[in-house]
Amino acid sequence: MTKVSAKKKQWLSGNEAIARGAWEAGVTVASGYPGTPSTEILENLCTYNDVYTEWAPNEKVALEVGMGASFAGARVLVTMKHVGLNVAADPLFTASYTGVRGGIVIITADDPEMHSSQNEQDNRNYACAAKLPMLEPSDPAEALEMLKQAFAISEEFDTPVLLRTTTRVAHVKGLVATGKRKKGPVPVAIEKMPAKFVMLPGNARVRRRAIAERMAKLAAFVETFAGNRIEPGDRKLGFITGGVAYLYVKEAFPKASVLKIATTWPLPFNLIRDFASQVDEVMIVEELDPFLETHIKASGIACTGKEKIPAIGELNPFIIKKALGQDTGEIFAPVEIPPRPPNMCPGCPHRGLFYSLAKYDVFISGDIGCYTLGFLPPLSAMDSCVCMGASIGVAHGMDKALGDKALGKTVAVIGDSTFMHSGITGLVNMVYNKSMSTVIILDNRITAMTGHQANPASGSTITGEPANAIDLPELCRAIGVRHVRTLNPHNIKECKKILKEEIERPEPSVIIAQAPCVLLPEERKRRKIPLTSILDNCTGCGTCLRLGCPAISWVPLTSEEAKKLGKKEKQKGHARISVEMCNGCGQCLAVCKFKAIGKAEDNK
Amino acid sequence: MKPSGNILFCGVGGQGILLASEITAFALLACGLDAKKSEVHGMAQRGGSVVAHLRYGKKVHSPLIDPGQADFLVAFETMEAVRYLPFLKKDSKVIVNTQQIAPPSVATGKMAYPADLLSQLTSRGLAVYSLDGFSIAKGVGEIRTANLVLVGALSTFLPVGEEVFLAVLQEKIPRKLEENIAAFQEGRKITA
Repeated sequence: MTKVSAKKKQWLSGNEAIARGAWEAGVTVASGYPGTPSTEILENLCTYNDVYTEWAPNEKVALEVGMGASFAGARVLVTMKHVGLNVAADPLFTASYTGVRGGIVIITADDPEMHSSQNEQDNRNYACAAKLPMLEPSDPAEALEMLKQAFAISEEFDTPVLLRTTTRVAHVKGLVATGKRKKGPVPVAIEKMPAKFVMLPGNARVRRRAIAERMAKLAAFVETFAGNRIEPGDRKLGFITGGVAYLYVKEAFPKASVLKIATTWPLPFNLIRDFASQVDEVMIVEELDPFLETHIKASGIACTGKEKIPAIGELNPFIIKKALGQDTGEIFAPVEIPPRPPNMCPGCPHRGLFYSLAKYDVFISGDIGCYTLGFLPPLSAMDSCVCMGASIGVAHGMDKALGDKALGKTVAVIGDSTFMHSGITGLVNMVYNKSMSTVIILDNRITAMTGHQANPASGSTITGEPANAIDLPELCRAIGVRHVRTLNPHNIKECKKILKEEIERPEPSVIIAQAPCVLLPEERKRRKIPLTSILDNCTGCGTCLRLGCPAISWVPLTSEEAKKLGKKEKQKGHARISVEMCNGCGQCLAVCKFKAIGKAEDNK
Repeated sequence: MKPSGNILFCGVGGQGILLASEITAFALLACGLDAKKSEVHGMAQRGGSVVAHLRYGKKVHSPLIDPGQADFLVAFETMEAVRYLPFLKKDSKVIVNTQQIAPPSVATGKMAYPADLLSQLTSRGLAVYSLDGFSIAKGVGEIRTANLVLVGALSTFLPVGEEVFLAVLQEKIPRKLEENIAAFQEGRKITA
């Protein structure tokens, strides 16, 4: 966080602004699970004083922690990415019934365009379904202010509040006015309120009516909420919009009339009706689902939306102008060039495991993490990937469908953090219902893909304090897995041997591939002895290239060049290892049959 | 110099693109301008194609640069410059680092690294300033300053004085400040 002192404003990302806003609002407890684009909120909040911040094992637990803290009177922030709210949906729908003591704000960070997600669900639908208010900021400055408003709403209306961001709010930086921290209004203490907190049918039926009353009051409140505002302009075409789409409309149609919606749910229908009467035509511009459009149309207000504005992917001013028939000028056509997908790092332990696993004729049921990149060629070692923790259930389901033919055919691959998140129950099921499948836990000690967040197996907390590290082999044994093996994934020979034994075993087994992520600070500091290719011995067989390591590349040779190097004329090229990129993991050394790879030091 | 503009930074994860865009943003903000920057985290790292949008002016609404609207493209890798061609317009200025990083398909010999990439830009009438950031960085004694060479080359086109950039560097660069300033100034020479 950097001070731009001249303007007394700070240059903050949406996520940094949300952390700041939560701190200013007097939040004392925060819980969440990492997920792009939400992760940096808690990573920033944990650097402030007087806030307890934690990574929970999953989003359901995070929200339950939030509810408990709220019941005790604390102001609470709970953060997750859009798909995380699916995991937390169970407590969410009943949190709507219990309401709060201290305010709860739940951040749902959606990812239109799926920059880093498996789907692009529109979580505005949750607000309507769970009967909860939802606010949506357009930029970091608004996000900070909205956090404070959201807590006030939460306590005044006795409800958790959803605050939805998208990638282009969360990961956008802008100037933000900051303020001072204020204490929350509710005293922290145990206050037993069984009629409100014990959701047995008799109590819940009463609370159900309280929800209806609350939503009616909120519907009146949002009509005059300052965040919902008409910006008068040209009366021919009036835009109704919210979130980052509001900024795109301002950019594309600077002179148009605009109704900016900050309260996505409930909607200010009188204000919308008033706005509609001021303009000739109403255009709804929103990313993803026709959420505003559907509800506005249902209220009898004529408008246009998804007939013109795309419902798939992100918007930008260009797309909006084009959709509405504006001139966008001539655009250079893209030039066809090789794609540049992300890749596992040089020295990544996952690579050795996938290289070994790809040798077997099995269905590889994958999961969510860096290792999902094992799907890409040349490893091509993943056959399904659905959601956090799904790998184990999917493998077991396939095992049962195959029946007699299942032995040796299914494998689940899951990371340590994902296993903690929602893999354990899948393993319990696998043992209980007598699977023959094999679970491989890729234990690199950290939640790597989202940028290194600690998890219950890491041995440290969000602030780096030492904590219990779950003993994964003991946990699996306690579940009832009789065959739990550990291996070093950099050791390809050992890897292949143990994989074969466990895949062929007619009962469930777990393999724990133990090697730390190469980007961990202690790993970065470790002295590395890079490897190098020994050109004289390289036959150009291409085996090392099948590891897909970014440090190894192919150097093509013409027949003359091959001859000059003393190679067979038909040798088409040779491998080259970049000493700058290599971290000396030794996987390529293990797979080379021609002694064509050695330590860079020895080769000088 | 126009008091508003759109700068697209692109390259490969790990090249120092985000720091370069931050330094540029701070210099613009220090001159009293509004700015917004958009970047994508998560999957975009790990050696993938990385892009950051930086827009500045009196008041900036959209955090994204539209296709055909980038005034400046700062490409840390040659092929990446061409990837973002649809963001450019006829009078865009393109600063290209001549470094070539092979993507997986090229590294494994499945595809060739395209030849004549710069002519894809010059043949469309774009003003291209190519520089060998790695060699220049080596020359100033710190190979990790190639990103500052690119910022230096960009800086002469912006409504920001050199002294403002130097003040920002002093504030934001924790180590090897002298080398970073030298790299920045070498970059300025290329476009001055």
